[in-house]
Amino acid sequence: MSLETILFYFFASICAVTSVLVVVRREPVFSALFLVLNFASLAGIYVTLYAQFIAVVQVIVYAGAIMVLFLFVIMLLRPEKEKSIFSGNPTLQKLSIGVGVLVFFQLIYIIIAGTISSGKSVAAEQRIRTGEVEFIGRELITNYLLPFESIAFLLLAATIGALVISKKKFE
Amino acid sequence: MLIDFILIPLVKILIIVVLMLLTVSYSVYFERKISAWAQNRIGPNRVGPAGIFQPFADVFKLLFKEDIVPKVANKPLHTLAPILALFVAFTTYAVIPIGPPVEIFGKMINLAVVDVNSGVLLVLALTSLGVYAITFSGWSSGSKYSLLGGVRSSAQMISYEISMGFSVAGVLIFAESLRPSDIISSQSGWMWNAVLQPIGFLTFLTASFAETNRLPFDLPEAEPELVGGYHTEYSSMKFAGFFLAEYANMIIASAMIVMLYLGGWQVPYIETLGLSAGLQASLQIAAFFVKIGALLFFFIWVRWSIPRFRYDQLMDLGWKVMFPLSLLNLVWAAILAMIMN
Repeated sequence: MSLETILFYFFASICAVTSVLVVVRREPVFSALFLVLNFASLAGIYVTLYAQFIAVVQVIVYAGAIMVLFLFVIMLLRPEKEKSIFSGNPTLQKLSIGVGVLVFFQLIYIIIAGTISSGKSVAAEQRIRTGEVEFIGRELITNYLLPFESIAFLLLAATIGALVISKKKFE
Repeated sequence: MLIDFILIPLVKILIIVVLMLLTVSYSVYFERKISAWAQNRIGPNRVGPAGIFQPFADVFKLLFKEDIVPKVANKPLHTLAPILALFVAFTTYAVIPIGPPVEIFGKMINLAVVDVNSGVLLVLALTSLGVYAITFSGWSSGSKYSLLGGVRSSAQMISYEISMGFSVAGVLIFAESLRPSDIISSQSGWMWNAVLQPIGFLTFLTASFAETNRLPFDLPEAEPELVGGYHTEYSSMKFAGFFLAEYANMIIASAMIVMLYLGGWQVPYIETLGLSAGLQASLQIAAFFVKIGALLFFFIWVRWSIPRFRYDQLMDLGWKVMFPLSLLNLVWAAILAMIMN
């Protein structure tokens, strides 16, 4: 077994275990902690796929910024004292179990019936180069300029929306 | 294969960790000595000549203290928090080169543990994880002072990360790379980024004070208001863990400032002196440590000279002064880069 495979199984198992733990833990703070671990192991998988830049950005954006805000909300609102969503609504519980089972079998089907499509063999140096920030930057402002700019526009709109909502008085 | 991929990195890691631990314990000693000098006192002078063995005495004292965990504390998280703080503080150093590549026994050795393509981003990513240590310690202690300290610190760190990131972007424009070794070699001669973009240097310096929770921005642990802030409920080695992490973060902040703005290990025009390769390399490594030492002195000096900001002043400074200034610096850097090319 090559080092890459060992690393993949290492990170993938952490990833799978923590993503289950996120859902089953009762204290929201622990769920948040396991989600952070999940993001970190995903970043590890990205590194084994030669996508170093994506790995680092994954940690900065998801683990470093978004989850901190989540934690903030959890710590200040103390949701463990809130009543569970399902206790007052049995129909919702049945519905969500149904959706969950459906998605689970769909995923199983995809894994069993799907074929692995990575027939292309690319030289290792080429693969390493595509994960570097220079390559991604060049692609973003040439081939993917329109999506890149529209995402920027979307983020600007979201920022303005947040500002409007956080204003106390509407005039 | 085995030597290149396992043995050499392990030796480097060992050297870096030992160096870090020694520097951390001695920066505590110097903090006490310099504060004594600033306040016209004598400072520690009992353990060894002029008190130079004081750090070891401090460590042993902390080791033998009782470890008290509050009844209401969330035990696993309470233990995890200082470990996380130390993890972040010590892993960050992996990408910072302390000198030029040197030849030892016919092998070219890079004087950083790893020289990765997105090294600067890696440092930012790891330091952004440092927030968790503080928020977890604040939340898990089950004390309102700790919680307030944790919340304050996360707000502070997020706010100042923005101006920090924008200041770094100015440096990246000149270096045209995220690789630490490229950033350092782009600042040859007197082309230090501190000279080229002084505003960015100042915003990064200020932001690093805020990120390391040092005075004048030490609101997360402000003693008069919060007792001890996020580490109020910690004792023994767990408290020492936070203490170590704070000083290790200070060293990392200094190393980052040296790497990004003060030319890293470079000494201007040392090549023209015609020294032998070995002597030149060791002078450059020495220059790196001298620069870090000067910045550490600056950190300590500021702590004992400037009073703490009020919380609203801190936020105003972060968002209304530092953020626009760092944007201005980005524009300035872009214009300068256009003229110079």
